Amino acid sequence: MMMNMVTALNNAMDQILQSNEKAVVLGEDVGKDGGVFRVTDGLVKKYGPDRVIDTPLAESSIIGVAVGMSAAGMLPIPEIQFAGFMLLSFSQLVNHAARFRSRTRSSIPVPMIVRTPVSGGVRTLEHHSDSPEVYYSHIGGLVVVEPSTPYDAKGLMIKASRMQDPVVFLEPTKLYRLFKQEVPEDMYEVPIGKASTVREGNDLSIITHGTMVPVVKNAVEKKGVDAEIIDLRTINPLDEKAILDTARKTGRVIVVHEASLTFGPGAEIAARIAEKAMFDLKAPILRVASASLPYPFPGYENYYIPNELKVAQAIDKIMSV
Amino acid sequence: MIKNVFEGTVAYSQVMDENGKIDEQLFPKDVDDSMILEMYKKMAFARALDAKILSLQRQGRAVTYAPMVGQEATQVGAAMAMGPKDFLVPNFRQHGVFLAMGFPLEDIILGWRGYEESQKIPKDIRTLPIAVPVSTQMPHGAGVAYAQKYLKTGGAVLAWVGDGGTSEGDFYEAINFAGAKKVPMVTIIENNGWAISVPRGEQTGAQTLAQKAFAAGISGMQVDGNDVIGVYKAVKEALEAARSNNVPCVIECLTYRMSMHTTADDPGKYRLESDVAPWLPRDPILRVRKYLESKGLWDGAKEAALGEEQLKRINAAVEVAEQFKPDPKGMFDNVYSFMPEILQEELDAALAANWWQQAKEE
Repeated sequence: MMMNMVTALNNAMDQILQSNEKAVVLGEDVGKDGGVFRVTDGLVKKYGPDRVIDTPLAESSIIGVAVGMSAAGMLPIPEIQFAGFMLLSFSQLVNHAARFRSRTRSSIPVPMIVRTPVSGGVRTLEHHSDSPEVYYSHIGGLVVVEPSTPYDAKGLMIKASRMQDPVVFLEPTKLYRLFKQEVPEDMYEVPIGKASTVREGNDLSIITHGTMVPVVKNAVEKKGVDAEIIDLRTINPLDEKAILDTARKTGRVIVVHEASLTFGPGAEIAARIAEKAMFDLKAPILRVASASLPYPFPGYENYYIPNELKVAQAIDKIMSV
Repeated sequence: MIKNVFEGTVAYSQVMDENGKIDEQLFPKDVDDSMILEMYKKMAFARALDAKILSLQRQGRAVTYAPMVGQEATQVGAAMAMGPKDFLVPNFRQHGVFLAMGFPLEDIILGWRGYEESQKIPKDIRTLPIAVPVSTQMPHGAGVAYAQKYLKTGGAVLAWVGDGGTSEGDFYEAINFAGAKKVPMVTIIENNGWAISVPRGEQTGAQTLAQKAFAAGISGMQVDGNDVIGVYKAVKEALEAARSNNVPCVIECLTYRMSMHTTADDPGKYRLESDVAPWLPRDPILRVRKYLESKGLWDGAKEAALGEEQLKRINAAVEVAEQFKPDPKGMFDNVYSFMPEILQEELDAALAANWWQQAKEE
């Protein structure tokens, strides 16, 4: 069935709720309104308000309540309306969700899927466009995924629902309705911790994820270079093997992400390549990222987010070495 | 042994009813007809601006917009009650207050076109910038109030939150701080009945939002938030008590969100027209017009002239806002008090590569 990312995620949650009676969806406006992006549309009608819960407007309690539900045997799927608002629940995620398993020596794991829309490019208001993948990847204990296609979105969601870990599920707003693709109607899994090869190539490697996947694809197509494009899909734990394999294969690596440059995901990727595949490189690793600034108001976002030109310039630069 | 150790009541007050009739006993002494006329004009202006920005948004000339139609009395009444030394701590649906405080009109419009320059606060306007994440501004309010007391400015704080915002921890923490440290903070709960799709009744089991004040050891009251004189009176008295005796309090203004939460949502998904209908006759502007007309101070010709004059001012400000030339360098220049070398390098690289030119064309 042809689906965009919104329908694919909706379909995944529908099937999770259908097949696992311990699963619940909770968050602000997830019920009657179906979520501000309609990702939970129709679920309250089908499963009722005890399983699709419109919570009071309080993010810390949405995640805190989810930790409690999970510890007591349920599978909560909390939605935080926008990534900027998720910082209000940061303590619950970092101090509790991430640590429950390790501090109880696996006696009380807290599986849950924390969903939130991320990244910009759609002219939203302040705090609606952040790319927070590194915040949650830095601490250990939280699995962080970010699909760039409807197929991966559904498969990663199903996989997350069968894991015994808290999964931070980042959904790029810009990709919600950007395109449709064939998505199986049955439940299927996309592995967590495995990158995908979007395009095979020999001259250079571009490692990316989320909103930057289509930007990189377009830039590569227009340049006509033989680039290998890797979509990380999972930010934590990183698929280091895929990263090193492509680095060794082409010897030229560009990392592209929408999160800001300084201490961004590119830093970790570049460091791992430098540690383990340095002598296979033909050129220094390049990073293309948003500027090291707070995400600006929407009038400036085009100047902030990397665009195709910026990717193309990086390709020229790395190929000239 | 059992004894009663706490009792609290929440009073509801209204000075002007929906027919424009005044409760003479409650009518504030410092209000006269010329001031009521001023309130009327400010509310009409806020509504006209609201309609304008909404229409700009629909034409792609403004970003996602949060209308405030129906809430003019709460915003204008409270703003007019502020003294020259008082400080506003706003949320994001606050253009009625900003207008009444004299915030530059073109900057309000520029804000809804999506530029930080709109939040460059003029020296003579005592306010923090708008706050989007809901209730996160409330602890700032307590901090600004502490500073007024500590620095002996003689001013108080008017901190602003919506009905949904009172569910956030930051709300409780802020009013609790204010109660514990006795700082001059007056909190307005602008209860417009809705937090996007969640109605006030599903937001909390509490009968009123004002009673949340009791848990902070301060007083709470309700006022008809569509009664501009009632709001003015309640806020004026509360700010005076805050200024003179460092008494914090909570005022819940009962109003109604007549439109969508923002232009990004569709109220048809979650509420009925019959939910909205009872609020039509309670309109905050209509009742003042009835009053003014009954006094022979207003008529159709004056209304038409006012509408024309206000629209002219708004259109002129839109023109100014639309002529604004964004400078992306400003993103870099204002992050720190100094320019880090590695940030300067990023800026230089962006300029040298000329990639802002393509960004501009997108």
